[in-house]
Amino acid sequence: MMDKMPRWADVFLVPLICLIIAFVFSGLLIWGIGQSPLQALQVMIKGAIYNPESMERTTNAWGYTLYYATNFMFTGLAVSIAFQASLFNIGGEGQATLGGLGVALSCLLIPWPHWSLALCGSIIGAMAFGAAWAFLPAWLQARRGSHIVITTMMFNFIAYALMNYVLVNMLRPVGSMDPASARFDKALNLPKLGEILGAVGIPFSTKNPANISLFIALACAVAVWALLWHTRLGYQIRAFGKSEKAAVYAGISPFKITMLALMLSGALSGMMAVNSVHGQAHRLVLNAVEGAGFIGIAVALMGRNHPFGIVLASLLFGFLYQGGSQLALGTEIPREVITVLQGLVILFTGALPYMVQRPLAWAFSRGAR
Amino acid sequence: MDLAGVLQILDSTIRLSTPLLFACLAGLFSERAGVFDIGLEGKMLAGAFLAASVSFATGSVWWGLLAGIVASLLFAAVHGLAAITFRGNQLISGVALNFLASGLTVVLGASWFGLGGQTPALAGGMRFSAIDLPFALAHTPENQPALKALSLLPGLYSQVLSGHSILVYVAVLCVPLTWWVLYRTRFGLRLRAVGENPAAVDTAGVSVVGLRFAAVAITGVLCGLAGAYLSMGLSAGFLREMTAGRGYIALAALIFAKWRPWSALLACVLFGLLDAIAIRYQSIDLGWMVIPVQFTQALPYILTVIILAGFVGKAIPPRSGGEPYVKER
Repeated sequence: MMDKMPRWADVFLVPLICLIIAFVFSGLLIWGIGQSPLQALQVMIKGAIYNPESMERTTNAWGYTLYYATNFMFTGLAVSIAFQASLFNIGGEGQATLGGLGVALSCLLIPWPHWSLALCGSIIGAMAFGAAWAFLPAWLQARRGSHIVITTMMFNFIAYALMNYVLVNMLRPVGSMDPASARFDKALNLPKLGEILGAVGIPFSTKNPANISLFIALACAVAVWALLWHTRLGYQIRAFGKSEKAAVYAGISPFKITMLALMLSGALSGMMAVNSVHGQAHRLVLNAVEGAGFIGIAVALMGRNHPFGIVLASLLFGFLYQGGSQLALGTEIPREVITVLQGLVILFTGALPYMVQRPLAWAFSRGAR
Repeated sequence: MDLAGVLQILDSTIRLSTPLLFACLAGLFSERAGVFDIGLEGKMLAGAFLAASVSFATGSVWWGLLAGIVASLLFAAVHGLAAITFRGNQLISGVALNFLASGLTVVLGASWFGLGGQTPALAGGMRFSAIDLPFALAHTPENQPALKALSLLPGLYSQVLSGHSILVYVAVLCVPLTWWVLYRTRFGLRLRAVGENPAAVDTAGVSVVGLRFAAVAITGVLCGLAGAYLSMGLSAGFLREMTAGRGYIALAALIFAKWRPWSALLACVLFGLLDAIAIRYQSIDLGWMVIPVQFTQALPYILTVIILAGFVGKAIPPRSGGEPYVKER
């Protein structure tokens, strides 16, 4: 029955319908608390995509949307690469937290002569620390059979406690009450998206945190695509994900694939910190990840585990996140509506896909007759 | 540390263990029946929220309790639908429901009460009142000096065991009850079987779907109790995100207890004790080293990872946990 459905319907129509259902439910919720869903949508669009007042404000809104989207690209790719190996890494939150520590240590301890070198240092630090935080759960899964979902979840909490300790007792500047590190040297600040686009003659606001990391995220998406579909390792990861028994029969080592897929996943989650810690905050704060690790799950599910889909889904969630933050300013609607929407998207795309797929497949099989 | 201090820590250990115990037993029923549930946190949060809201609206803690259970049951029903009926991914469903609860409680709370997501403070009959065991000193302000002066055994009785709300005692009673249901009833045998080998249960002519839904419903009721205790017993009202990861600690306790009721009690008391210590002391100076409070906070998770790693007795989950049952492949 399933194979009666054309591929385009499975890839585009199913996520789209899930998204529409999630939007309808959220709209009903907004309507239920006595607010106008349409007004909410207007505020969100004005704050995140198009502001009719001026071009400057429109590009600024896009800057914020793209900044958030960059975070979600990293965490979404991270979740998807583990998903390809049939491993559910919900430790993106913790891995990104540790990635932030890697970035902060690199920026604070090494006197980089130029931002570009500091950027390389940040990338290496973020990837190394993110992958290291995924190492133990990966090893426990591969060697001891400890369920990856539970261990990565535990490691999220351990990461939070560790970060709390490191910030309060080690990185906090003398005399400061904030659990946060010192600010990085201003010379290390990454070029903003507005500056880069301005240099090639495209006017774009520089008052937003979007920065060069966006291009790194896009490059990562291409790299993940190339890795998964055009290298031997990628083939092994996907084969392992489809059937562990068949993979073993084909000479693929489950230990190696589990370790590599999860550590790559951790490294990608950690990369998020290049954008948020080095690109935006310029210092390490306690809750630098702000749930982006979890949004990565929604992004990966929505993007059907394909880098191209993940980039699109990241843009969507970037819009929702930025638009949602504007709700508090323009309306009486709490921004947590976005959390509800996010939960619904995860529920319908991840847990209830058959609910949408079955009637669709039935409809297509009827149409084909 | 003096005796009064120790007794106070034990007293708050019992209070803090109670929601963990409810949630842990909730997870036990679900996972023993083969349905993974990482949505304990969300169900507790939903239960805590609706319990406090209805209790405030009606002025009765009992209506609140009922509402908390209903809210949690609704979430359990969605999880059942996704995990059992539509054979979706149980882990993802749990994650989704946690988000839904986290968002819905704030959105609805903010619009109902206009307090940014919390309910108004509950007082009087809107909260569970303390129950004094026979012959125990009541925990009234004028009794405080007398309570502090008690020696070990009377102190343990009056200060630690007595003076909790009804749900604390219900939670403790749920442990032998769970044990009895699981190991001494036909329903319990079938429930455990459906988590290990659903095909065998199906062959015996018993409905796998029905059993799993029953288990998920019990999970819903127990999570509702956990939530109701949080907002109407432990605290006086609902605060946003007030579960603060307790659903995950309960899950950790469940693994720590290797999915067994009496061990669950021990694990929850241990994790409750760690919580009580972390709340009372910033860091513990042992003389030769200082244990930072962050370590105490992370200890439940670290212990769970160690148990999961199988170096100290392996934790083996129910064999068919997480797999939807498909009849006639």
